[in-house]
Amino acid sequence: MKAREIVEQLGWQVLAGADHLENEVSGGYAADLLSCVMAGAEAGHLWITLQTHTNIVAVASLLGISAIVVAEGAPVPADTVQKAEQQEMPLVSSPDPVYQTIAQLIKLGI
Amino acid sequence: MKREFALLGFMGSGGALSKIHELIREMQVSRVMTANVFTLSPDATMKELEDLLREHHISGVPVIENQELVGIVSIEDLIHALENQQLDTPIHEYMTSKGLITAHAQEPVMEALRRFEHTGIGRMPVLDARGKLVGIITRGDITIALLGALQELYTEAEAMQQRPQHFFDALESENTSLLLRYRIEKGNFARGGDASAKIKRALLRIGASPQLARRVAIATYEAEINLIIHANDGGLILADIQPTEITIVAQDSGPGIADVDLARQPGYSTATPEVREMGFGAGMGLTNIERCTDRMSLWSAVGVGSRLQMTFKVSPEETGETSDDD
Repeated sequence: MKAREIVEQLGWQVLAGADHLENEVSGGYAADLLSCVMAGAEAGHLWITLQTHTNIVAVASLLGISAIVVAEGAPVPADTVQKAEQQEMPLVSSPDPVYQTIAQLIKLGI
Repeated sequence: MKREFALLGFMGSGGALSKIHELIREMQVSRVMTANVFTLSPDATMKELEDLLREHHISGVPVIENQELVGIVSIEDLIHALENQQLDTPIHEYMTSKGLITAHAQEPVMEALRRFEHTGIGRMPVLDARGKLVGIITRGDITIALLGALQELYTEAEAMQQRPQHFFDALESENTSLLLRYRIEKGNFARGGDASAKIKRALLRIGASPQLARRVAIATYEAEINLIIHANDGGLILADIQPTEITIVAQDSGPGIADVDLARQPGYSTATPEVREMGFGAGMGLTNIERCTDRMSLWSAVGVGSRLQMTFKVSPEETGETSDDD
């Protein structure tokens, strides 16, 4: 399933990279420790996190993440949104906590 | 000799432009002209000229008498003859014979181009050093030759960009490597990952596989973040890219690690709470690096500095080459 379809079906808000949601999503990974993400997340994954500072964009683009999902509607600083836009990294916001966000993705077959 | 210059030409900006310039100045008329030229004698009729032009789709013919060039006759002259209904008239009555403008086989195309421009003529007979007719040249011949040379140039440049092997093969040495250097500022988290991203992009551009680029990027990112978090004055990242091996060195001038073995244990970190809040300091950096590298060595002395060296072997599958398109 494409990132765009997931975002539309779950009604998530797109904060950055709206033109780059055509990537096929191959799975997901959830963590807030960047080293864990570096070790565990794979290219094509959605990354569900509560971290919002600019470094999440660097990590996600190095890994080839298909979209960063910020859970619990956590406020995302403007410089993070700007960096995501620059690096063409989709950044979306889910209103639900990490646990429910993942549950919805599993229901969609991700 | 020219070959090496051409390769350098690809790399600088405006390389293509200077290459065109070089082509026009250095390419000789003999390379561009049509060598098997049709000729007619002055006594042939305008009708014979018409047949020749029609049959071979050409627009003009040199006129030869006793192996000497005596004139040139073109489609314009034929039109005049047609207007006057004089197709049976011999060519010498219509041909241009005085002030014949010719090109020399050994002169640069640039000179020929200038003469076309100044005189407005459409074609020039080409003579060798002894004044013997050896070919004919038109503006179209020059355009086609230049476009052909340009096409060749672009194809080569494209191949160079896409194939690391070609890139390295073009440079002869005992051991060729590409060295990239990045200065890392202490505490500048906003730029965290910039060097790693640039190294990853460089690798992909010279043809590394996405898997190899990713391996290098993850390990380099961890090293880069370590410098941002811990190094007194930031540090330096060096990427030494060779056809079979990539070495990344991250070094700083202090504070140094008191117990290297302890630092290598998963989960051990000396990062501050502020840094941990950003998601760093999980104590997994060196563990991640070890997992991504083929060889890793860490040297450190308190008060002196640290040096982390990471080596990645480039296996044939990781060059990004596909075997069937070579």
